[in-house]
Amino acid sequence: MNLSSALSTKTRSYLSANSRILLWILTLLFLLSFFFFPLFKILALTFNLDTLADFDNLLVVRDSLLFTFYQAALSTLLTFALGLPAAILFAKFDFPSKSLLRALTAVPFMLPTVVVAAAFNSLLGERGLLATTFNLQPSTFNFILILIAHTFYNTSIVIRIVGNAISRLDPKLEASARVLGADTFHVWKDVILPILRPSLLAAALLVFMFDFTSFGVILLLGGSQFATLEVEIYIRALQLPNLNLAALLSVIQLVFTLIFSILYSRTINQVSTQTAPRFSQARPPKTLTERIFVFALSSLLVTFFFLPLISLPIRSLTRLEADRGQRTEVQYGFTTDYYEELFINRRGSLFYVPPVQAALNSLGFAGITVILSLALGYPAAYALAKPTRLEKFLDPFLMLPLGASAVMMGLGFILSFGRLIASPFFIPIAHTLIALPFVIRTLQPALASIPERLRQAASTLGASPLRVWQTVDFPILSRATLSAATFAFTVSLGEFGATLLITRPEYPTIPIAISRFLSQPGGLNYGQAMAMATVLMLLTTLSILLIEKLRFNNAGEL
Amino acid sequence: MLELRNVVKSYEDKPLLTDISFTVSQGETICLLGASGSGKSTILRMIAGLDFPERGAILLNSLDLAQTPPHLRDFGLVFQDYGLFPHLNVFDNIAFGLRMRNVPVDEIKQRVSVLLEQVNLSGFDSRKVTDLSGGEQQRVALARALAPSPRLLMFDEPLGALDRSLKEDLLNEIRGILHKTKIPAIYVTHDQEEAFTIADRILVLHEGTIIRDGMPSEIWKDPQSAFVAKLLGIGNVIDGEVVEVNKVKTVFGVFALDCKKRVGEKAQLLITVGDGKGEEIQLTVEDVLFKQDQFQVKGRGELLIHMKDAPRIGDVITVRVQVKCLS
Repeated sequence: MNLSSALSTKTRSYLSANSRILLWILTLLFLLSFFFFPLFKILALTFNLDTLADFDNLLVVRDSLLFTFYQAALSTLLTFALGLPAAILFAKFDFPSKSLLRALTAVPFMLPTVVVAAAFNSLLGERGLLATTFNLQPSTFNFILILIAHTFYNTSIVIRIVGNAISRLDPKLEASARVLGADTFHVWKDVILPILRPSLLAAALLVFMFDFTSFGVILLLGGSQFATLEVEIYIRALQLPNLNLAALLSVIQLVFTLIFSILYSRTINQVSTQTAPRFSQARPPKTLTERIFVFALSSLLVTFFFLPLISLPIRSLTRLEADRGQRTEVQYGFTTDYYEELFINRRGSLFYVPPVQAALNSLGFAGITVILSLALGYPAAYALAKPTRLEKFLDPFLMLPLGASAVMMGLGFILSFGRLIASPFFIPIAHTLIALPFVIRTLQPALASIPERLRQAASTLGASPLRVWQTVDFPILSRATLSAATFAFTVSLGEFGATLLITRPEYPTIPIAISRFLSQPGGLNYGQAMAMATVLMLLTTLSILLIEKLRFNNAGEL
Repeated sequence: MLELRNVVKSYEDKPLLTDISFTVSQGETICLLGASGSGKSTILRMIAGLDFPERGAILLNSLDLAQTPPHLRDFGLVFQDYGLFPHLNVFDNIAFGLRMRNVPVDEIKQRVSVLLEQVNLSGFDSRKVTDLSGGEQQRVALARALAPSPRLLMFDEPLGALDRSLKEDLLNEIRGILHKTKIPAIYVTHDQEEAFTIADRILVLHEGTIIRDGMPSEIWKDPQSAFVAKLLGIGNVIDGEVVEVNKVKTVFGVFALDCKKRVGEKAQLLITVGDGKGEEIQLTVEDVLFKQDQFQVKGRGELLIHMKDAPRIGDVITVRVQVKCLS
């Protein structure tokens, strides 16, 4: 090593030793004031004699906990009932437009809860296409609707985790077992299922955890009579105020989520150590039974995943009931009224502003969220890319907001900042809290992938630290940055739980507007909900496509 | 006795096996040789019952196996990449076939420990199979296949993934076990050394049929076709042209022909060097390679001969060769 490079490395490490604290300080301060302080407030309120000694509180906790487990267990079962055959379908068979269908099943996972709720409402709800066409009275099966929406959301988890495990199963294992004397029953019982067990368990845990913490879908499709923990927190925070109980509920929720996450990360580790190289054993269906299976299941999947997504825009353009003031005469047909109505500020409407203002608000909040989460995420990711021992210890604290539900964060804000949250700036702050872990996890691997030698080479060639960043880091990071930004943008656009708790009528966001429209009577309100949900779906889809394209290009280059 | 009778099978609508017939007698080890993709493994899969012939029959002791599912055939199968159950330890892997047959627990314990000794893995009972080396894994696979005392053992390139010295050790162990147990075996490989070491009889598979079936020594003396000679690395195969009755012209000169060919026809010839018999030819040395106890000398026209003493490159040497007609 020559003198100048030795000097420059030395200077660099000296500089970074001091500036490392600077890297952290802002992000930590942000988390301390907007996550850990509210969390402390919630804990303080929970571990308080008034809260814990109140027998009524404990009854509510018991009931909502039981119902949460009940609906999550049923949803998980239903998700597996569809997901397992689908996992087998994708792992074992090749058929036309397979990759398209696989992509379709993954779409719901990225969609905001309000969009999914609105989509199922547009298809199966009281004013939905099927109900009005066939004159059904589906209000009785709201609970089933919730289960179906959860299945719609989480099937792709089963397909991905279990399907991957199935396609990694060495076909020789089954052959060996058969030759050694195992019939089909024993092949499954003694070989295939034990090997798939960790992935089945991991998928079940993840699906269960998502169903357990589901909020928007349950509130919007079921209403507040379906009191899961999340819904109950919302009710006790805003509708029947009992903040002590809300705090207690959210701590219980947090404890369960943490338990599930720990169990999940343990099982998923087993999955990755057990899987051998991938065996490409997918082939076209041969026997009649196989053909029927492939055809029937792929048709079912197309219907199940496409129908709600297409029914939403259709419903938003369809007039299915009487217009204002013409209560007797029903007009069916095409209409753009619902979209036009979004631009009109009617007296006595739900908001003090024309509904389109909600879209502008959402875009504004999303913009602030992107800037905030990048500004806070970048330094943290930089430090985590090559962490010191202390920083490794800090990492789980950065990720902890993932375990807290959005509703809980909203509750924490109410408890911590009181009247201050009338300020619209708390909304992007909440969104940033939710997006930050994802942003850090997107940037960190990209930062870690930059070889230190490249930086050293640049600085020995005479580049200043700024110039090094400009010429080495930035080109490599620009894609990851754009991907993280788009992600933060999408999260903010679709965020419902936290926003619902801290929002003020003057600053509605798109999801809030959709939920208000849905909860009001009248065909026009319903239609506007559909129109807004369609707009949100399109915006989100565009973002997803952008992220996917970036990821694909990245993979192509590396 | 296992018998394949006119078995036909295609792969993705292309004929793979056009007419396969052979037998394996009690206590006999046959070796199925062929290029990769020639359908060797498919033959094993059909015998095991994992795949089905389109025409023809597979019989065991004159009984058609068509209706017998694989788990009732009592055969053993050993794969190149072992196919061990990753979720079971060594003991449970070996015991698998015995458990499927509801063998009493005590008997299973006894049998597994005997087998572990036989494959030199005593004390490995509770080891995870994923922690074993390739050679150890293949020994476990061998013990697992032997455990239920199968009526037939099949090996699908079992040593393909192992390095050379391990290969030889394990090959000798398999040979010893097959001799001792008298279980008939089919050994699939594309490695001629393995084939000559282990086989009582060698079958060469080419273009969908068995083109040669014989004892190793017979085939070595008389491969009969250029394909077999090349596949088994027997001698040198060169082209010649019949210039007059019973005379063939090659790059090494004109030789007497031991088969009937018309004048003007092409002929493929097997040239073997050694034991001081045959006709003399002059050869310019192009390359010399040291091979353990002798030198491999490459001469003009890609002719390979083995010599005790190394000539220098460029030397002209005189060797005696025997010329045999292949086609």
